Amino acid sequence: MAATAFSASKFTQSFSLNSTRSVDRPPLFPASHPLKTTPSSFLGSTRKLSLSSPSSSTSRHRRRPCRSPAVVAVSEVVKEKKSKSNVSLSNPLITKEEGLELYEDMVLGRSFEDMCAQMYYRGKMFGFVHLYNGQEAVSTGFIKFLKQEDCVVSTYRDHVHALSKGVPARAVMSELFGKTTGCCRGQGGSMHMFSKEHNLLGGFAFIGEGIPVATGAAFTSKYRREVLKEADCDHVTLAFFGDGTCNNGQFFECLNMAALWKLPIVFVVENNLWAIGMSHLRATSDPQIWKKGPAFGMPGVHVDGMDVLKVREVAKEAIGRARRGEGPTLVECETYRFRGHSLADPDELRDPAEKARYASRDPISALKKYMFENNLASEAELKAIDKKIDELVEDAVEFADESPLPARSQLLENVFADPRGFGIGPDGRYRCEDPKFTEGTAQV
Amino acid sequence: MSAILRKIIAPGGIPAWGIRVIASRTYSSSAGGKEMTVRDALNSALDEEMSADPSVLLMGEEVGEYQGAYKVSKGLLDKYGPKRVIDTPITEAGFTGMAVGAAYHGLRPVVEFMTFNFSMQAIDHIINSAAKSNYMSSGQISVPIVFRGPNGAAAGVGAQHSQCYAAWYASCPGLKVLAPYNSEDARGLLKAAIRDPDPVVFLENELLYGESFPISAEALDSSFCLPIGKAKIEREGKDVTIVAFSKMVGYALKAAEILAKEGVSAEVINLRSIRPLDRATINTSVRKTNRLVTVEEGFPQHGVGAEICASIVEESFEYLDAPVERITGADVPMPYAANLERMAVPQVDDIVRAAKRTCYRSVPVAVNA
Repeated sequence: MAATAFSASKFTQSFSLNSTRSVDRPPLFPASHPLKTTPSSFLGSTRKLSLSSPSSSTSRHRRRPCRSPAVVAVSEVVKEKKSKSNVSLSNPLITKEEGLELYEDMVLGRSFEDMCAQMYYRGKMFGFVHLYNGQEAVSTGFIKFLKQEDCVVSTYRDHVHALSKGVPARAVMSELFGKTTGCCRGQGGSMHMFSKEHNLLGGFAFIGEGIPVATGAAFTSKYRREVLKEADCDHVTLAFFGDGTCNNGQFFECLNMAALWKLPIVFVVENNLWAIGMSHLRATSDPQIWKKGPAFGMPGVHVDGMDVLKVREVAKEAIGRARRGEGPTLVECETYRFRGHSLADPDELRDPAEKARYASRDPISALKKYMFENNLASEAELKAIDKKIDELVEDAVEFADESPLPARSQLLENVFADPRGFGIGPDGRYRCEDPKFTEGTAQV
Repeated sequence: MSAILRKIIAPGGIPAWGIRVIASRTYSSSAGGKEMTVRDALNSALDEEMSADPSVLLMGEEVGEYQGAYKVSKGLLDKYGPKRVIDTPITEAGFTGMAVGAAYHGLRPVVEFMTFNFSMQAIDHIINSAAKSNYMSSGQISVPIVFRGPNGAAAGVGAQHSQCYAAWYASCPGLKVLAPYNSEDARGLLKAAIRDPDPVVFLENELLYGESFPISAEALDSSFCLPIGKAKIEREGKDVTIVAFSKMVGYALKAAEILAKEGVSAEVINLRSIRPLDRATINTSVRKTNRLVTVEEGFPQHGVGAEICASIVEESFEYLDAPVERITGADVPMPYAANLERMAVPQVDDIVRAAKRTCYRSVPVAVNA
């Protein structure tokens, strides 16, 4: 316990928002709690762990007693944070414009995904469709801090990351419809959103697969600055992944390399407590993922992922740290998905009480409330945004629906960088052309 | 038709994790000409490409301070520094994926696997992240990366270190798969691979690294580069076509010499590129010789030879005068015992016998090992 606290505090020092942090506090927590009236506290898995008597929602998880001491540390911090949260309400954390931007992005994510569910059930999209409802504060809180040149690497739950990064709703919806106007012309699909223009490097359908790719993008930024002498290359990469991934070896491999080489990356864990039907607590020996940061020599931060303002504050610090060349950060955002793992998931294992508890902490409602309380927006202004987004999503659906299917000729395109590639030719026979880029200098 | 053999061809040796120096064997006479080992050919190709393009970098286990597990990267750390010659932790999935991400984002990484057996730890990134991304992104994200390292059977290292992955990678769209035989191949193909905008799997052979081959002035020029997707006719002949790649090209050439003494004129094709496969050259040759023998170290089922046979049956069936013959590794994990190991990989005699069978010459029955 003491060792844990010590190592955490050690890394805190290079990463503190304020100087008054006590020794046993884990790295970086927002100094204030903007959503003070939120009815249920931000505890999630940690509360369940700290309770020794099994409640209805936790009775299915058996826990070894040796875990509880580690949990107390977080509980203390949470308490501490909660006590501090009453302090600074008079000074809002965001401007009106920022608030409206966050609100719009979150509403876009929510409405888009709700529309996806409708379209999926109507047979307009197919395969696995994983919706992001409930987690919007993470995507919005982080990605809205990025520049166009910064990279985002996502998972199979990638629609909203794409939208936050600026990929037009039309292009994302069309991709889901399998239309040629999609951001990957219908060749990617729900789990494989790419946009070179927006530096969205995928959409990875396997657990852990995106983390090394993101690490490589961060490596490239550093390489461009230090080897190619592009002094102004301060691009940052965000790697998004879930709690289930944090038990995969690639996560650890990349924490190690990113810290070792001080890469400009932020590892953003969207801990929604469930890997399909596997509870985080049932799958992970120490469920506090943020603690793995200090173990690798980087700050680890635990933040309420249902509170966009807190996420934003952590994001600002972590992205700034990466941009200044100070290395990677691991951020655990505790969040919750309001729908099943995918639209094909019957979602029978999650306790209704647990779902209800998180539903009451809906990040969009919370932001709305905060903005009202701080006179940052009127009901009418937010309604106008809702309406605008509704229209935008409707338009995306219409656009996607009217767009053409990919032409037959597209089947064989883009296997290689030369669009003609190799493969089966238009005559149906195997083609072994020698496109210009592979021409050698020797006669064969 | 797995290889069952009796004669020792490969020099025996202590299985060692490190450089294996093999007595130099030269397959063509080149009085006074320049020679170069395959190791030096690869090293010089890397050196020249890194020198020509600062976005090229080398990454892998022991490539830097150790100078490469097989010394292929010797001297490169001194020349290009630790930012471009990167010693990675032993984390194939991690560093391979990371290199793929760097390639997505504009660099041209060369990833060295200490052996291709270890690429199994990273095959997800080779297939799912590298090979498929250009297609999935509809051409937005190209992946200029080279995965290279020794492939195929070494000697005495057992099943997990002795496997040919040519057929595995060659079955995946989005990858280009190259297998050099001699020093000219090694230089020309590696330079082409590094310049190529797509992911290339570059299959070297541990037992060839130390071999010297004659090399022309043209091949030594820093602009030299071989086309991807073109096979080379190493030796012309008229009676039977022998198709091979990597180390087996040397065996095929030896077999052709023996066959020549017995009056059989064999044409030897060095594939160089497993994918794309130069079907045109193979079919043209078989239409001339009317007979085909394929040679590979890999497993028989769904192998490179199987694909070649399918191509011949599809395109040149009516030209065949004899059933095709496939020489492959035995359909078993590689045994450790030296005598069993010899029986599990193709030998020159197997090729000679198979070629004779296609020509309906009498073939002595193989003696049990």
